[in-house]
Amino acid sequence: MELLSFGDRGWGDELARATAMTVAVASCAFLLGLVFGALGSFAKLSRNRLVAAIADAYTTVIRGIPELLVIYLLFFGGSGALMFFARMFGHTGYVEINAFATGVCAIAIVNGAYSLEVIRGAVLAVPRGQIEAAKAFGMSPVTLFRRVLAPQVLRFALPGLGNVWQLALKETALISVTGLVEIMRQATVGAGSTKQPFTFYAVAAILYLLLTTISGHGFARAERWANRGVRSA
Amino acid sequence: MDPKFMGETLLRLIDGVPLLLKLVTVSLGLGFVIAVLVASARLSKIAPLRAVAASYVFLFRGTPLLVQMFLIYYGLGQFSAVRESFVWPFLRQPYWCAILALTLNTGAYGGEIMRGGIQSVAAGEIEAARACGMSGLLMLRRIVLPIALRQALPAYGNEMILMVKATSLASTVTLMEVTGIAHRIISDTYRAIEVFVVAGAIYLLLNFLITRAIRWLEWRLSPHLRDAPAGIPVVSAMPAR
Repeated sequence: MELLSFGDRGWGDELARATAMTVAVASCAFLLGLVFGALGSFAKLSRNRLVAAIADAYTTVIRGIPELLVIYLLFFGGSGALMFFARMFGHTGYVEINAFATGVCAIAIVNGAYSLEVIRGAVLAVPRGQIEAAKAFGMSPVTLFRRVLAPQVLRFALPGLGNVWQLALKETALISVTGLVEIMRQATVGAGSTKQPFTFYAVAAILYLLLTTISGHGFARAERWANRGVRSA
Repeated sequence: MDPKFMGETLLRLIDGVPLLLKLVTVSLGLGFVIAVLVASARLSKIAPLRAVAASYVFLFRGTPLLVQMFLIYYGLGQFSAVRESFVWPFLRQPYWCAILALTLNTGAYGGEIMRGGIQSVAAGEIEAARACGMSGLLMLRRIVLPIALRQALPAYGNEMILMVKATSLASTVTLMEVTGIAHRIISDTYRAIEVFVVAGAIYLLLNFLITRAIRWLEWRLSPHLRDAPAGIPVVSAMPAR
């Protein structure tokens, strides 16, 4: 127990900071993934064949390959690409890529593909008649989106987005391979220096369980809020 | 993009495919047995059994697979009781640790999928089976499991693809499957994009084959949803009025 106490002797404060890092990476990646997903779902639903095909390829490829490969691509390929651009602007030398940014981008790219499908399904779930009715009222596309589409898409998409968030939370563990000090990395460091790996990985597991359980309740509340005023049988 | 380098990379990465397939098939096979047991336990009338199954599912679905793998591979050796027991020759090897982690993980997800499948069996069909005088096991074998499997197949297909992707984590416990080899080549050559393209293509091909196989199996298992073949007169079960 002393191992987990706060202060100089224990690992409590380190683990707390690592947990905050996990939450930060997961939240940033989830939000960025939502942006990718929203843009992508419009692309996939668009009448432009080329745009739709690109969005389709994005979801097929990303959902079919391991997340770890995407992380390696961004981590190793990212700094190479940055150095290439830096050299074009006359900068020589090694450019190191920020582990936080890499991690957020990698998880956002993976999560975006899942969010895309969730949002697309939610858009398709809005009855056509309502959109036609809104047009018949003379609503502009922006008003239609704000008043008719967005509130319902949010309601239909929330359960699926809750799952995507849980995925994001668990995928952050993979970022530890880049050396970013989140829960998993901190547990590995602690396990290495105290020779008590089971204790540290068990604590990591408990921290993840706490995060997934608490946010699961949060999403359940959000769903209740989004469904307020909806008649249920 | 250098075709020669990509060709060499492909040959090196293919060496990792047999290990990948072994990990996927063994853990999916064992995991399916666990999944059926967990689903039955979660739907049983015995409360402690339900609680045990529910907490197993909660633990394994609420934590990252990487934590589970490290807990088994690095963690269990902390206890001398484990190190001195008969299981140590297995748990010492990364291969069996990866299999154990993957199996327990897919067992939890598969258990929920099978539970959904079993719950989707219509009450009328169960009542009909009982009315015909079927015993519990006979009903399970002839009515409940076939219908549940058919219902669960699409979701189980997704789980299979997730498992193919999950085997990449075995590289974190030193197993050299496709992602492990890809990582080594990338850190030797720093040609991330080319290696990524080749490794990604291998995974995409495997997952494409799985989706095709599942779709075929779904088609085979649902003859009642297909149109009658041409040339065979359709006989109505209901007498014409």
